[in-house]
Amino acid sequence: MAESQIQSYTINFGPQHPAAHGVLRLILEMSGEVVDRADPHVGLLHRGTEKLIEHKTYVQATPYFDRLDYVGTMNQEHAFVLATEKLLGIDIPIRAKFIRTLYDEIGRILNHLLNVTAFIFDVGGMTPLLYGFEEREKLMEFYERVCGARLHANYYRPGGVAADLPAGLLEDIAAWCETFPKVLDDIETLATDNRIFKQRVVDIGVVSPEQALDWGFTGPNLRASGIAWDLRKAQPYDVYDQMDFDIPVGKNGDGYDRYLVRVLEMRESVKIMKQCIAKMPGGPVKVEDNKITPPKRSEMKTSMESLIHHFKLFTEGFRVPAGEVYAAIEAPKGEFAVYLIADGTGKPYRCKIRPPGYVHLQALDMMSKGHMLADVVANIGSIDIVFGEIDR
Amino acid sequence: MTQALKDLGEYIAQALPQDVLGTEVNRVGELSLTVKAASIVKVLSFLKDDAGCLFKQLVDVCGVDWPGREQRFDVVYHLLSMKHNQRVRVKVATDEETAVPSVTSVFSSAGWFERETWDMYGVLFSDHPDLRRILTDYGFEGHPLRKDFPLTGYVEMRYDDETKRVVYEPVKLTQDFRSFDFLSPWEGPGMLPGDEKAN
Repeated sequence: MAESQIQSYTINFGPQHPAAHGVLRLILEMSGEVVDRADPHVGLLHRGTEKLIEHKTYVQATPYFDRLDYVGTMNQEHAFVLATEKLLGIDIPIRAKFIRTLYDEIGRILNHLLNVTAFIFDVGGMTPLLYGFEEREKLMEFYERVCGARLHANYYRPGGVAADLPAGLLEDIAAWCETFPKVLDDIETLATDNRIFKQRVVDIGVVSPEQALDWGFTGPNLRASGIAWDLRKAQPYDVYDQMDFDIPVGKNGDGYDRYLVRVLEMRESVKIMKQCIAKMPGGPVKVEDNKITPPKRSEMKTSMESLIHHFKLFTEGFRVPAGEVYAAIEAPKGEFAVYLIADGTGKPYRCKIRPPGYVHLQALDMMSKGHMLADVVANIGSIDIVFGEIDR
Repeated sequence: MTQALKDLGEYIAQALPQDVLGTEVNRVGELSLTVKAASIVKVLSFLKDDAGCLFKQLVDVCGVDWPGREQRFDVVYHLLSMKHNQRVRVKVATDEETAVPSVTSVFSSAGWFERETWDMYGVLFSDHPDLRRILTDYGFEGHPLRKDFPLTGYVEMRYDDETKRVVYEPVKLTQDFRSFDFLSPWEGPGMLPGDEKAN
């Protein structure tokens, strides 16, 4: 039989593709069905967030963070308000810290539920996505009850959170924590030992610990490669140092491990949420310094000073002393950080956002080289990317 | 923690006296090194491999624009040492023409960060394997995060139904962009109208 010559060719993947997780455009150089080079073209969702923030006051800048990774939104706000608080040199009330920790974990489950189930969907399993969305809807109701919005929360503020929890919310979250592990069991029954799922993801996109460090991996992707590093443990912020939880770590660094790490992280998040609810202290939810947080509406009607504070806060905003800070948090996708430079005015001089997904997508070429075309889809699903934060 | 960082800063400055221009631990307790642009590869290699540092991860690279300075750009590298649970910030100053050596040979993760810095600020990186624009549109002109680039940009895009394609046009706003200056003239360094007569 005559040997047929396989020609290399280039294919365009996305930006309109159900497995592109948004607006990823990939230029794939293939020889036959094997990928030689994957060149992601990002930026199709670029909105100039960093430039916009330079023209907004600190409080006006927080909503932009919801629009980065729009899957688990409050975690990003957290990085920005932490940066601002560090520069202001303020300590926030303990209740606000617990609320933030609680909502960070809700955000983590929101994110992992979408990613894990969408990953299974990418490689052929449809049902978990439907289960996951049902639970996400319940969690987004918890978002809605504290801030009025299901996704774009704008709930965290420099100095605390926008408003106290409404009555009865903690009981409802506690009740949800009891029912959720059952749903997670159902999702796992469908996927974890599923033969087809394992055929698609085991030993696909293997990242060694050295590669993971070199390529700047953080979060679940790093832990799946066997490095036990979690900012919630190593550099705890808010009340993570009072929480008792474990860090799941993978062994092989393949797509399957990344899936397992995320599923286990959800179970740990439920543990943290339960502890937050059990220990939730009373007291104020934001600093009582009206130079930073606005005064109560009722006071504004009677107190001249409160009126002035309100006016100053909503025109000029509070001033942040000059300085620079790098505040990193363990977002669901990895290390999400804000590098903030203040120049003493009411607006940030520079606000660099460090999105974890940007770094992970960069490694797609390394992960996909020598794999089949269909494995690229599995790799994209397993590294958990959302274009709101990659393109900024 | 702050003391440990001060010691680390001194240790690095002693090890690389020719390359480190200054170390500083700021008021939020973060260590910053200012480094000669030409030595950045050497410094980051040292930080990565030295047993006292072991900053194995380059977590972020970004640019900062200071239009008033002669070397108007800072390129800021953030490194993380998991072994010592420490972070360090390395700064390099450059201008529009001088290229900064790329650190992609030390950290693979630098690739896209440097592309982004080039895209947003126009900072050049020498020896970068693939220095293309990354976040802006195909065929974009200018560097949007520079302080002299207007927030509204120069061109806007729409789909033209007659030619059946996307067209670019100069930005037309029904209302000019309003930038309110809330800084009190009594507190700021600026001059009040009429101050020029006093001098």
